[in-house]
Amino acid sequence: MRHLMSPLDLSVEELDELLSLAGDIEKHPDKYAHACEGKKLATCFYEPSTRTRLSFEAAMLNLGGNVLGFHSADSSSAAKGESVSDTIRVISCYADICAIRHPKEGAALVASQKSGIPVINAGDGGHQHPTQTLTDLLTIYNLKGHFDHLKIGLCGDLKFGRTVHSLINALIRYPGVEFILVSPEELRVPSYIRTDVLEANHIPYREMEKLEDAIGDLDVLYMTRVQRERFFNEEDYVRMKDFYILDKEKMNLAREDMLVLHPLPRVNEISVEVDDDPRAVYFKQAQYGVYVRMALILTLLGIKVE
Amino acid sequence: MLNISGIHEGFVLDHIQAGMSMRIYHDLKLDQLDCTVAIIKNAKSNKMGKKDIIKVECPVDALDLDILGFIDHRITVNVIKDDKIVEKKALHLPKEVHNVIFCKNPRCITSIEQELEQIFVLTDPENKVYRCKYCETKFKN
Repeated sequence: MRHLMSPLDLSVEELDELLSLAGDIEKHPDKYAHACEGKKLATCFYEPSTRTRLSFEAAMLNLGGNVLGFHSADSSSAAKGESVSDTIRVISCYADICAIRHPKEGAALVASQKSGIPVINAGDGGHQHPTQTLTDLLTIYNLKGHFDHLKIGLCGDLKFGRTVHSLINALIRYPGVEFILVSPEELRVPSYIRTDVLEANHIPYREMEKLEDAIGDLDVLYMTRVQRERFFNEEDYVRMKDFYILDKEKMNLAREDMLVLHPLPRVNEISVEVDDDPRAVYFKQAQYGVYVRMALILTLLGIKVE
Repeated sequence: MLNISGIHEGFVLDHIQAGMSMRIYHDLKLDQLDCTVAIIKNAKSNKMGKKDIIKVECPVDALDLDILGFIDHRITVNVIKDDKIVEKKALHLPKEVHNVIFCKNPRCITSIEQELEQIFVLTDPENKVYRCKYCETKFKN
């Protein structure tokens, strides 16, 4: 039985297969409309995340399956003090596959160790959020056609932004990828990403503070939101939250074929005036998120559609 | 010079960094063994200047030496049987250590689910880096 805890659980070959399957689902949705009939997905969300949960639920419903679950720790037996291990043992009796989101890092791994069904990590605190990374990869792959030799700009909260860390880890497996890391000093990528990931693998990268200085070089610009919940101190959050705002003026400096991605929800970091720019693909990205989750559910359940 | 008599069967842990013997005494759970233990602190050493030594009279399979490899893989482990050194065990960094060190990350699942085993995994043998199996936080002394 397989679980998905981190994007790196999938080899490059497995990832290629998953992205191809997601691409086929996009082109032929009818073919997959009954693939999971009689199967149930449990969405165990110990912290609210409407977007990720709905994306998982939409994915299972598109496959003809059913969904059940809870949407916050308060409405689950965790409020009565039940451990993640016990909860997953019980959920294993009710469902065929589970997507778990938890504010504590490593919670999904704990669940996977005691589970009788495949477990998908739908976000464990600031640690991993693999299906977001798969979504980002599918978006880049479908719209650029390849990963190799891309110049990727990552902008905003690069310190606490787990999607950024996961995306870097996933993309360094392709040749010629370069990174431009744009962040304020306080929100730079953690040192272990610089030393253990980028430098250890001889990946070229530059760190900059001004988005204007970087944007003209990029194939992909990945914007992130400064998340209030990652700060212990409200003052720090207020100081950082509007550090970057991508607007029309900055987009004028970018290449014609640059893509703007964002894991959403966005707050102020991308001005709404950018939404109609054909390079702004963050809403399309949300659609790709459903396709990639459909592909993942099929893969982990071992269901093949001819 | 202080003299401690030899042992019939057990271990002599030599070349322990001076001052570390009490930590090893606890981590090897020697306090829980019903056997003779001698701790020699600050013994003279040509190689180290000062060193600690622990002598344990116990059956040779009674100790989990993986933990020693984690604490200091340069410690010499002499296995004694019938009053003679029968083996010098080489220590290596264990791939995992269980319930010896604890994750200090307040965001880790182990911070709220205390019945979970504390597991650290060796991720970089060259630099002796261990990370929490759950949250991947690097262990720092």
